[in-house]
Amino acid sequence: MEEDTLRGYLGRLEDMARSLGLDFYPVEFEVVPPSFMMEVAVYGLPVRMAHWSFGVRYIYELVQHRMGHSRIFEVVFPGNPSQAYMSNTNSLQENTLVVAHVLGHADFAKNNLSFKTARDQIGHRIVEQAAVHAHQIEQSISEHGVKDVEEVLDAALALEQHIDNSKSLRRPLFAKYIKSQPLLSKNEFKERFTNLPGESAPTLLKPKYRRALIPPHPEYDLLWFVAHYAPELDDWERDIFLAVREESFYFHPLFCCNIMNEGWASYWHARLLREANFLPDEEYVDAMKTHSDVVRPFAGEHEVALALNPYHLGFSLWDKIIEEQGLDNARKIMQEEEDTGFVRNYLDADMAKKLGLFMYTAKRGGEINVEEWDIDALHEAILRPKYNFGTPRVYISELQTDGTVVLRQDHLFDGRGLDTHSARKVLGYISKVWRRPVLLYTVNAQGQEEALRADTN
Amino acid sequence: MGFDAKRSLGTANKGWYELFSRGPRDWLRHNEKIREAVRAHLPEIIAGPDVITRPSDRAIRVPVRFLEHSRFRLRRSEEQVRAGQGAKGQVKPGDVLVRDLGEGRSRGAGSGEGGFQFLLELKIDDIIDWLWEELQLPRLKPKPGTVLAHDEFVREGWDRRGVRSRLDRRRTVKEAIKRRSVQPDGPDFANEDLRFRQLSRRRRPATRAVVFFAMDVSSSMGEEDRKLAKTFFFWALQGLRRQYIQLDTVFIAHTSIAWEFSEEQFFQVTAEGGTQASSVFKLVLDVYQSRFDLHRYNGYLFYASDGDNFIADRGPAAAALSELTGLMNFIGYVETGSLQKQVLHSETGRLFDSLVRRGLGVGSYPLGGYEDVWPAIKGLFQHQASTDTS
Repeated sequence: MEEDTLRGYLGRLEDMARSLGLDFYPVEFEVVPPSFMMEVAVYGLPVRMAHWSFGVRYIYELVQHRMGHSRIFEVVFPGNPSQAYMSNTNSLQENTLVVAHVLGHADFAKNNLSFKTARDQIGHRIVEQAAVHAHQIEQSISEHGVKDVEEVLDAALALEQHIDNSKSLRRPLFAKYIKSQPLLSKNEFKERFTNLPGESAPTLLKPKYRRALIPPHPEYDLLWFVAHYAPELDDWERDIFLAVREESFYFHPLFCCNIMNEGWASYWHARLLREANFLPDEEYVDAMKTHSDVVRPFAGEHEVALALNPYHLGFSLWDKIIEEQGLDNARKIMQEEEDTGFVRNYLDADMAKKLGLFMYTAKRGGEINVEEWDIDALHEAILRPKYNFGTPRVYISELQTDGTVVLRQDHLFDGRGLDTHSARKVLGYISKVWRRPVLLYTVNAQGQEEALRADTN
Repeated sequence: MGFDAKRSLGTANKGWYELFSRGPRDWLRHNEKIREAVRAHLPEIIAGPDVITRPSDRAIRVPVRFLEHSRFRLRRSEEQVRAGQGAKGQVKPGDVLVRDLGEGRSRGAGSGEGGFQFLLELKIDDIIDWLWEELQLPRLKPKPGTVLAHDEFVREGWDRRGVRSRLDRRRTVKEAIKRRSVQPDGPDFANEDLRFRQLSRRRRPATRAVVFFAMDVSSSMGEEDRKLAKTFFFWALQGLRRQYIQLDTVFIAHTSIAWEFSEEQFFQVTAEGGTQASSVFKLVLDVYQSRFDLHRYNGYLFYASDGDNFIADRGPAAAALSELTGLMNFIGYVETGSLQKQVLHSETGRLFDSLVRRGLGVGSYPLGGYEDVWPAIKGLFQHQASTDTS
C-alpha cells in the first residue's frame, strides 16, 4: 500500500535528516483531500475566523485551481509538534518529496530567530489557538449578530499587517501620568525678578504628575492601539482585535523569511532524496521531476518570468552557500537572517547573472522596459514588496482630547502617499469601531500633505 | 529521538476533512452582502434599460463586481521597478517585453483582484418585494363591490348519494374500514360506505386582470422614448402581478390605425404615419369587450405616447377614452420626452388631464428620463391605493 510505503519512508527520512544535522520538533503529517488543502492555503490556518473576504480569496483560488495554474503540494504549521498536510491526490513520489520538504521547513522553523521570537510570544500551538479564536468569534456572532461582528472584523483584518513585532505580543499600556517637570526653569532673569522689592515668588500649586501624551511616540501597532485605546470598545470587540493581532504575529516570520524558508526546504528535499538509498531509482527520478517543477523559475513553456519564484531563488542561494561555506556556516545564516539580509548579503552580481535575473520598469500603460542594473538596485527591486510586512507604514500620532485619533503615513519611508480610495475605506472601517472621528495624513501625488477624515454618523 | 512514525502519519478515517467548507460558507456570506448592497441601490440599477431584456423572464441578471476588502496601500506610481528572471541570454537591458508571460508563480492573492465580474441573478418577485418596501408602496386591496365577481363551483362536503364520477374513493375506503372494525364479518364494501364529493356555487371576486399596453409608434417616437415606455410598462406589470392570480396582456401599437402585436414585436415595430389616439382606444375597447368577460376581468390600460395627436381626432379620442374609463379599473398615460414635469401641455396630455381632474381612475406620468421611472411607478400605485380605499 502506498500509505504504508510512505510511512516507511517517513521514518527513514526523519532519521536521515537528523543524522545530517537537521533539528526539528516532531511533525504530524495528515493526508487530506485537495479541497482542504486549498482552504488552508486561503485562510493561512486550518481553522480560522469567518469573514467574507476569505470567501473572495477562496473563489480566486478555486478558479486558479480549476484552470490548473496553481497546485498546492504541502502546507505546514510550525509549532511543537508541527502540523503538516499533504494532498491525497498527489502521487507517492510527490508526497515523498513533500515529506522531505516539510522536514526542511520544520528545521527552519525551530531554529530561525524570527520564528523563534514569534514562537516565544504566541506559543507552540497556533493551529489550536486559531481554532479557539474562530470559536470565540462564532460565539460573538450568535450573541451580537453577524453584522456587528463583521464590522469589527472588517477593521481588524484591514489592519492585519499593522503590528509592531519589535515590541512584545503582550505589552503594557502607556503610562497615564508622568512626573511633571517644573514649568519654569530657574534662570537669572527669574531670580532677579523675584528679588525685586515687594515681589515674592508665586506659590504655584504644582501637580506632581501630569497627564501623559498618548501615544508618547509614533505607534505602529495599530491593532494593539485600537484594541486598548478605542473610547467605546466592548470586550468582545477587543478580543477580536487581539485575536487578529496574535495571528499576525504568527504570520509575520512566514512572510519575511519566505525566500529563505522555501529555499531551505527545497535544498533539503533535494538532498535527502538524493542520499536516500532506500528509494527505488524510478521513484527517485519521478520525485526529482517534481522537484524541478517546484523550483522552476518560469511558468509553463515560458522562458521569461516577471516575478521571481522564491523556491528557485532560495534554493539556488542555499546551494551556493553550502557549497562555498559549508553546512555549519549555512545553518548559522539560516538561524540569524531574514529575507532582507539574506538577499543583500548572499545574492551577489555573479550569482544574479548566473540566474538570469533582471530588473524592469513596468509603466502604467503596460510597457515593460528591461533596465541596466547594479546589484544594489536589484536587491531593492526584489525586496521592495517585503518591507514592513508588505504594507505602507502608518502610525498613530495623536489621540486628541475629544477622542479623535490622528494617523499619519510615513511617506518619506514609503516613497509616496497612500491610495486615497482604499485609505478612505479603511478609515471608514476604523471609525465604525473607534466611534470617534478618525484623521489620516498622507501626501498627494504632488507631495503636498493631504488629510482624510472619517466621521461617525 | 525518534518518535512513532505510525502516529505521525494520520490517514485513517479522515473522511470528515471533506466536510470542511469554510471557503464556500464565506463565499456565500460575500454574496449575501452583495445582495444587500444591490438591494440598497436597486431603483438606480434596474431603472437602466439594459437590465430588462425580456419581460417574460422571471429573473434578471445584474453584473456586479466582487466586494473588495480594502487595506492601506500606496498610490499607484507611474512606474514600478521589479525584478524578473529569464533563461540564459533571453533578456538584455534595453529589451522591451510584452506582458502575458505569466506572472510567475507568486503565491497568495493575485494582483488582479477586484477585476472579476460575475452575474448576480435576482428573482423579479424578490425585487418587487424589496421595491415595495423601499418605495413604501401600499399593498393593493381587492376591489370592493360585486360587479367584478363571478360564480364558481367549489368542492364542498360529501354526500351518500351522487354521480359516479364524483365518487371519493379514499373517503369511501375509510368509511368501509370504520364499518368493518365493528362488523368484522360484513362485506368489503356496502352501499352506505359510498361517499360523493359535492359541489356548491360560490361568488368569488375576480382575480384575473387584463393589461393593455398601448404605444404610439409613429415616427415621432424615438428609440429612447420606447425604452422609457418599456421600462415603465415592465414595472407596472410586475406591480400588478402581485395583485392578480392571472394576468393577461395585450399589446397594441398605433399610428393613425392600431394593430395588435406579440410582445416581442411590440417593442420593435415602427411605422410611418400620423397619430390618431382614438384608433388605439377603439381597438382596446373592441378587444376588451369581445375577448374578455367583463365580469371576470379587471382591466388596465397603459398608454405611452409623445403626446402628439391630430387636432381633428380630439373629439373621437375623448369619446372613446371616456367610454373606456367606465369599464377599466385604471388607465395610465405615460408621456415620454416630457420636459415639463408638472403640467402636460401636449394634445393627448390635455385630454388625460381633463379626466384626471374629473377624479376618474386615470393617471398621467411624464417621463423625461430614467430617473423619472420610479417616481412615476410610485405615483401610479399610490394613486391606485387611494382610489381603492375611497
